[in-house]
Amino acid sequence: MTDASSLPLYPHRHLLGIRDLSPADIELLLDRADRSVAISRQSEKKASTLRGRTQINLFYEASTRTQSSFELAGKRLGADVMNMSVASSSVKKGETLIDTAMTLNAMHPDILIIRHQSAGAAALLAQKVGCSVINAGDGAHEHPTQALLDALTIRRARGPLSKLIVAICGDILHSRVARSNIMLLNALGAQVRVVAPSTLLPAGIEKMGVIVTRSMAEGLKDADVVMMLRLQRERMEGAFVPSVREYFHYFGLDAEKLKAAKDGALVMHPGPMNRGVEIASEIADGPQSVIQEQVEMGVAVRMAVMEALLDPRRNYEGRTLEGRGA
Amino acid sequence: MSTTVFSQARIVDPSRGIDEVGTVIVEGRKIVAAGKAALNQGAAQDATVIDCAGKAIIPGLIDARVFIGEPGGEHRETIASASVAAAAGGVTSIVMMPDTDPVIDNVALVEFVLRTAKDTAVVNIFPAAAITKGLEGREMTEFGLLREAGAIAFTDGRHTISSALVMRRALTYARDFGGVIAHETQDADLASSGVMNEGLYASWLGLAGIPREAESIPLERDLALARLTGGAYHAAKISTAMAANAVTRAKADGANVTAGVSIHNLSLNENDVGEYRTFFRLTPPLRAEEDRRAMIEAVKGGTIDIIVSSHDPQDVDTKRLPFADAAAGAIGLETLLGAALRLYHNGDLTLLRLVETLSTAPARLFGLPGGTLKPGAVADLALVDLDEPWIVSESGIRSRSKNTCFEGARLQGKVLQTMVAGRTVFSA
Repeated sequence: MTDASSLPLYPHRHLLGIRDLSPADIELLLDRADRSVAISRQSEKKASTLRGRTQINLFYEASTRTQSSFELAGKRLGADVMNMSVASSSVKKGETLIDTAMTLNAMHPDILIIRHQSAGAAALLAQKVGCSVINAGDGAHEHPTQALLDALTIRRARGPLSKLIVAICGDILHSRVARSNIMLLNALGAQVRVVAPSTLLPAGIEKMGVIVTRSMAEGLKDADVVMMLRLQRERMEGAFVPSVREYFHYFGLDAEKLKAAKDGALVMHPGPMNRGVEIASEIADGPQSVIQEQVEMGVAVRMAVMEALLDPRRNYEGRTLEGRGA
Repeated sequence: MSTTVFSQARIVDPSRGIDEVGTVIVEGRKIVAAGKAALNQGAAQDATVIDCAGKAIIPGLIDARVFIGEPGGEHRETIASASVAAAAGGVTSIVMMPDTDPVIDNVALVEFVLRTAKDTAVVNIFPAAAITKGLEGREMTEFGLLREAGAIAFTDGRHTISSALVMRRALTYARDFGGVIAHETQDADLASSGVMNEGLYASWLGLAGIPREAESIPLERDLALARLTGGAYHAAKISTAMAANAVTRAKADGANVTAGVSIHNLSLNENDVGEYRTFFRLTPPLRAEEDRRAMIEAVKGGTIDIIVSSHDPQDVDTKRLPFADAAAGAIGLETLLGAALRLYHNGDLTLLRLVETLSTAPARLFGLPGGTLKPGAVADLALVDLDEPWIVSESGIRSRSKNTCFEGARLQGKVLQTMVAGRTVFSA
């Protein structure tokens, strides 16, 4: 294993979205994450790179998976991790995001992880605090660490992403995971296809650097990777698609539809899954599924991102008091 | 009686089709002369003579769509503070929207506004009353009594009436009392949770889009009802080529229909939203550049009759939020003329047409005094240096709220003096 000091310095203060990253930035984070995987696989799962640093998880949307992944990542690096539970905090009493941010900022955290139901919330927070901010999902905008962990999973299984065919299937319209993945996969030279009923496609999708199709057979043809997206319950019953039954019939991933993809194509899902809605259990639990690996890579990627943002070689001139907004 | 002589000014008076160098003489509350012919006209010895060479005199702007926080939201804007902002922008009359708390839907509220305006405002304030009680889109307000009390038009402000039946009755009943029904159309179902123009840009930002049809579908309905009833209908704030075409057709059919556009939809487009800049969250949303161009063409061609600021003061509590959670609206009284003059400076519109849409046309449309420099008219006017460049800065804003889309913008054309009924209410 190479020493961290030999890796290039990550050039950004925050991770707000894949949009801000160059292909080199992405590769750097993936390289770092590869190293982090090893730490998690040791019996002694503790590094000290973030010892003495304070990490605050500010989750406005419930998310067991992402929040625990960030928490574990921070703890494995030795950081002090605080989870702000929105349900029991002053946020419930009508405090605005900015006021909460200013309050937390006054506690001098080194890194803030934010998940919020509104697009742009992470960027707004980043403008107001003096520490690094990681976007753990903002509305339908971006979820950069998910895209990175997906890329890491693919890269470890299939090598470089360039030229791979990746089909993203399901609720593209409401999905931040889809947006971040479309950008990342395009940046690394993969061919991206999206498969969804037209009611679940955003306006202008054809200009987003993807091939659009309404047919799973067409979209999955010769695909190296099939990414399924979660369909929210409230969108199933007549609002966007007529029924679960019809949705599964046309867009649910089952063994039959998967046959169109390359032999041994990877099956991915960001979780939590709706079995029998977007994915059949036999596929989710089958040999081609890398859904569990995704979870493992999630911790690794988040460790890598936090280490990169809080790289001790970084010049902390940027973190001046004025930036902290007193 | 005091006399002011504005000599050697470029006089722009769309009411008479005049754009010429001449002299404007104001005596007391009235204009007594304005034009070339007055150049050598003598004035009283004690007259104040202002050399206006290189400057323009225009009838004071009449801003037909202004939201004010009084009563109920005085921390955002009061009638007094809005009037000071207006005066600084060359606006001499404001049509005030009924979206206050309580809503201007009864005689007592109209009287309150007029009384407060008389006591505190430096420009003319004309209240528009709600079409429906509480802006709820159900029961009609007392059009007759409200008109008599001084309401100059009817509008549900930011709200769109969803019931075709309510709209039909309002148009029919208002006809009897000479009240224009001004309506902003945005279909609540189609717009749904949308917060900006639907399209690629919104999609990348992860923001729900508002399709153009959300504006044009209820508008088409209203226009059909205007044809049916013969009532006077004003499409208050259109933003799309689709809507403009609908208005053009209705006008061609002889319907009693007019249209307005917000200065924002003439000056800015969806790209200005940038990275979730909430001051650019507006209703209707900033559209694509093609729509902005179409709005300019519609003003030029006469489909759009008036330009409004759609001044809508919002405080940090409603704007310093994630984009989708922020309130819509931006202030505009102080920048209306400067922003509109861009259209003149870059050759899109003649000065006469521009001033017509900002002053003469709204006066005619809503039956208000002003909008003219005709001798005998009340002296509501602005002295403007059309070429002076300036940069909009938050610190210079007089409005109580600072949510301007033009922060840092370079505008060309500055108001030097504003007169309301012969009294100077602003001078630079």
